[in-house]
Amino acid sequence: MKKRVVIIGAGHGGVQAASTLREDGFEGEIIMISDEPDAPYQKPPLSKGYLQGKQSAQAILFRSANYYDDNHIDLQLGVRVNAIRSNENQIELSNGSKLDYDYLIIATGASNRKLHFNGKKAEKVYYLRNFTDAKVIEEKLNPAQHIVIVGGGFIGLELAALNAEKGKKVTVIETEDRLMKRVLPEALSQVFYDTHKENGIEMLLGVSVVDIVDGKKVSLNNGTTLEADLVLAGIGVIVETELTENSGIIFDNGIVVNSFQQTNVANAYAIGDCANHYNPFAKKNLRLESVQNAVDQAKVAAAHILGTPIEYNAVPWFWTNQYHLKLQMAGISFGFEEAIIRQSPKPERFSVYYFKDEKLIAVDSLNRPADHLNARKLLTAGISPTKEQIVDFEFKLNELLTD
Amino acid sequence: MPKVIYIETEGKKHEVDLPLGATFMEGAVQNDVKGIVAECGGSCMCATCHVYVDDAFLELLPEMEEEEDEMLEGATAERTPNSRLGCQVRASKKLDGIILRVPGEQ
Repeated sequence: MKKRVVIIGAGHGGVQAASTLREDGFEGEIIMISDEPDAPYQKPPLSKGYLQGKQSAQAILFRSANYYDDNHIDLQLGVRVNAIRSNENQIELSNGSKLDYDYLIIATGASNRKLHFNGKKAEKVYYLRNFTDAKVIEEKLNPAQHIVIVGGGFIGLELAALNAEKGKKVTVIETEDRLMKRVLPEALSQVFYDTHKENGIEMLLGVSVVDIVDGKKVSLNNGTTLEADLVLAGIGVIVETELTENSGIIFDNGIVVNSFQQTNVANAYAIGDCANHYNPFAKKNLRLESVQNAVDQAKVAAAHILGTPIEYNAVPWFWTNQYHLKLQMAGISFGFEEAIIRQSPKPERFSVYYFKDEKLIAVDSLNRPADHLNARKLLTAGISPTKEQIVDFEFKLNELLTD
Repeated sequence: MPKVIYIETEGKKHEVDLPLGATFMEGAVQNDVKGIVAECGGSCMCATCHVYVDDAFLELLPEMEEEEDEMLEGATAERTPNSRLGCQVRASKKLDGIILRVPGEQ
């Protein structure tokens, strides 16, 4: 009997899982279900190249139009999964049909957290998560002159940068006292702050929105009201609970998985943004919202199904592009005790090396791509440079990798 | 449309007509050339679209930016004088018929 794998979601994780299964010799059926109407595409370019007008819709597709047929991957677009019944190895689809599986991979990602005021969801505020969102925002952006962005995190700031570059007036509102505070140290927040200011962005830090009326009038807790043509928000994500309700699969801040991406139900896996896993680099349970995490967890789930299990143990990495600033992060800097800066002769090119218990745990690199790639290798190998080596710009850190 | 010839590690050849201005990485991904990973989607972030350019075309390529140069230093497969990142070079009339070899690992 041929086995059947059903993958829910066709983002970075879902597509990678299907590809790895096929490339590594899985001969059974693969069915990939996506509630989106579009052929699978890459998400990071949406808030960068696509909305900048530099990358077309075609250019951000993962694969050719024939790929899925050629590889016998049954891609079902525009279909939602209404329920999972893990005790029957069956899912129920929005078109009424039921589908049996031998293995299930849940790769449904996360959803945008929405703004609520006075117990009601704010109307006419736009969020970017998928291609449908990007097309809506693209259309709304065209005539808009003043754009208010709620949230000074990656998505909000990437949107701010690309609109400033188009010559629009942009206001960013952030409740914290500095940008990207959850993930960046002060020195890096400052570089981004300065650059956004230089590009004409109005930055309101330590300020919260108390109401938004009709997507136009934005009232702040400092008593002022902004008039916007368009309000965008990037205030984090949540994982939807509906899919796993009554499924028999345990949900706790995401779908709980072991190091093989298995849920509490042995033949059901979860990967990517929706998977709450123990991360050996963070040394705690968490969800990671990144391409790296989705892709690497997909490979782990596929390997387990193929009977060649490997444990998830990949160095987390992330990036953001804003103007000429390219920030690449490797490892998880959470809880660091010491941060050492490796400064190149140019001011906007440096890396920050984070230490905890005398061990290197993470590296953030600003316009230093080589440092970033090295950092991933150092962290993978568990090699910690000395602080003297880090501050000595003449010392080549990659020498530590070759014995 | 300029032709680009990709040769996978195991020898499989893909002859592809690319629209002017498309990057070699995009051409590889959209034509399912194995071994071009392109994890970052063309942002010059990951060095997983490393290719070896055939000698005959090396001189015709646009100069490398500092960023690409640095990324190649960190590429997984060995860097040679023929190394480029597929996301940083675009199809053009001048490069019609170019041959790109895919390294064994990215």
